[in-house]
Amino acid sequence: MIKMKDLTDKEYLYGHKACPGCGMGIVGRLATKVLGEKTIIALPASCMSTVTTQYPQMNYSVPSMTMAFPGTGAVLSGMSAGLKSLGVKDVNVIGFAGDGGTADIGIQALSGAVERGDDFIYVCYDNEAYMNTGIQRSGMTPYGATTTTTPSGTASIGEKHFKKNMFEIMIAHRIPYAATACSSYTTDFMNKIEKAKNIKGPAYIHVMAPCPTGWGFPSELTVEIGKMIVECGLWYLAEYENGKVKMNLVPKTLKPVKDYLMAQKRFKHLKDEDIKAIEEHRDSEWELIRENWMK
Amino acid sequence: MSKPQIVKYKMPESQKDMPLGPSSEAGVIIEPNAGWRVMKPIIDNSKCVMCLKCWILCPDGVIDREKGTLEIDYNFCKGCGICSYECPQKAITMVKEGKQYD
Amino acid sequence: MTNQNIVSSREFLNGDEAVAYGARLCRPNVVSVYPITPQTIVVEKISEFVANNSMDCEYVHVESEHSAMAAAMGASMVGARAFTATSSQGLAYMHEMLHYVSGSRFPIVMMNANRTLAAPWNIFGDQRDSMAQRDTGWIQVYVENGQESLDMIIQAYRLAEHEGIYLPVMVNLDGFVNTHTYELVSIPSQKEVDEFLPAFASKNAVDFNNPRSYCMSASTEWNMEFRYQQHEAMMNAKKVIESVDKEFGDKFGRYHGGMVKEYKCDDAEVVLVTTGSVSGTSRLVVDSMREKGLKVGLVKLRFFRPFPVEYFKGLKSRVKAVGVIDRNLSFGYEGAVGSEVKSAMYDSCGSPKVIDFIAGIAGRDIKKKDIELMYNKLLNLSKGQKEEELQFIGMRW
Repeated sequence: MIKMKDLTDKEYLYGHKACPGCGMGIVGRLATKVLGEKTIIALPASCMSTVTTQYPQMNYSVPSMTMAFPGTGAVLSGMSAGLKSLGVKDVNVIGFAGDGGTADIGIQALSGAVERGDDFIYVCYDNEAYMNTGIQRSGMTPYGATTTTTPSGTASIGEKHFKKNMFEIMIAHRIPYAATACSSYTTDFMNKIEKAKNIKGPAYIHVMAPCPTGWGFPSELTVEIGKMIVECGLWYLAEYENGKVKMNLVPKTLKPVKDYLMAQKRFKHLKDEDIKAIEEHRDSEWELIRENWMK
Repeated sequence: MSKPQIVKYKMPESQKDMPLGPSSEAGVIIEPNAGWRVMKPIIDNSKCVMCLKCWILCPDGVIDREKGTLEIDYNFCKGCGICSYECPQKAITMVKEGKQYD
Repeated sequence: MTNQNIVSSREFLNGDEAVAYGARLCRPNVVSVYPITPQTIVVEKISEFVANNSMDCEYVHVESEHSAMAAAMGASMVGARAFTATSSQGLAYMHEMLHYVSGSRFPIVMMNANRTLAAPWNIFGDQRDSMAQRDTGWIQVYVENGQESLDMIIQAYRLAEHEGIYLPVMVNLDGFVNTHTYELVSIPSQKEVDEFLPAFASKNAVDFNNPRSYCMSASTEWNMEFRYQQHEAMMNAKKVIESVDKEFGDKFGRYHGGMVKEYKCDDAEVVLVTTGSVSGTSRLVVDSMREKGLKVGLVKLRFFRPFPVEYFKGLKSRVKAVGVIDRNLSFGYEGAVGSEVKSAMYDSCGSPKVIDFIAGIAGRDIKKKDIELMYNKLLNLSKGQKEEELQFIGMRW
């Protein structure tokens, strides 16, 4: 278990160019604090690679490599296989990919790498759209959200589909360790990184990382919004280990989704019936969670 | 403060100074982010109880705890305001950049 | 750990197997491959080696060619020697990664079985797949037979890992004609290969004492200088290709000619430029035409990138006409080699006399009579008769 006082004061990610209040900033910073300097990072095209590796400013102080958008899983496999063949031990290999880089263009390489059982940590920081390129929708964009490619309008509600469930896709691979997390729940997230570090084989952590710029809320609310999404049940904290899912946090009653949605510009256009549809979807998802994982 | 410091980086002066391919020394910071800041967080250490909530939540890691009291690395603080908003003691105030404050 | 005590021998191998034997002798740490006809025998043979403990490597069963190259890149970044192999659609699918690997200066070696690209779908050989990768920054060599295939896999690592190069190398074999044709191949001993190719000590890999960020972003202000550096490395390779081939020749008794290999060109009036497997058939035609007193010669182009510009500049004053057999076609212009040869030979003294022959597309046989026809057309041109600059040979009509 991670204790605040034991955490290193050393910053392995510093001075980066992410927007003020970036949830991903919390993710990258805390993950590397837990993993330490014997860590190699793979960064596909994404916000994180863009804001940390502009020559000659390199904001990660551990070795990293920017690589092709679809290839995170495969690059991690290659790094892991390379280290194994060279007899190098005790090095963490971690990839940070965005939601598009994971659930859309990177899902094939991720699936292959997980199925092969290579030893790595894969962190998907989910800000629910292609933020680096200017807020275009991804397979992880939630229903009703306005993005620059699913703008709401007289003939459109915005994004028309509910989020893809990467956690369950990973469980279907019978991966040794998978978890969901949120950048607002830092201890939970760091514990999960710690677990992933000690697991042999692939580990997948899907961390919700609110994005002030893309979601449309003031930068000081990043942590608050992250709490709201968990409290209203549109996101959950769970982990899968030894064939079982454990829910890490179950709100006694789920708060209304409306407060969470209305705090963000991307949902401001939603009407009461749209909000009701989102709530119904949430309820059916939670029914499944209770049925499958909480009995 | 043991936060990473800005360095004066020597850029290549000729083709032969170039690194082998696009790789460069990790952990090199050449410029501050302070210019982004509109609002500046000010910590009132008399109110601070060192719960470290701000320290852990800062996306830029600019809050330093090493001296036993908290200090902000204003070179890299972007002024997002998370620290101030999340502080249970209300010990951090956001002040407009350029304004006088005590 | 296995003990790769391979003794020298002569085996009856097809081109794919020769590549696998060559790769094994190079002791790659990581082999990441995805099967595609006509490369499959390479990946099967290597997995057989691994299964029988006669090859030490991590074999990564990737789920696509893009991932094959991405995994090789990851492996190279941590200091491992990486090998992969592909063909045609697979090469097209990993196109993006080819740029990443060469731009990042990772000395990965890849075998490519030349096969045409869909559509129309077809598994047989032509070189449009690799020629279309011209600008990816890979060194490209075209080999003629099984022996040259094996030899060039070994030489490829020496080239790729040469201090002044650090570029990836693609070894191209004509699909089926080379990949699936059996012949006697000399396999050198592990000891000899270890002497020729030392263990890989990458100077472009992770070092925790000196951590670096790889494949970083370089702004407009710096990007061009990195590109120039890649070009410089490619130009350096020209000399190294020659010296490595000579050294290989001295050690193993087989010198392949460096960038180009001439055949009966000394007094030739017309020459034909070939790549890959058609060179053998063409030599037979040269011999039979020579018997008739016709002064014809053959230039086997071995390296497409870097391109032997200097050689072709010199060739212009030696011969009256040059033909090129292009087993590829850039629609709307001509064959890729034809364009390069012409532009290399162009100077202020006027344009060279060149005919670009498009032939052997999608595995169509290039017969001796086709080659003889090409030589005759070149002889006509050399005598001042008119010939079309671009000609399709062996078409149904």
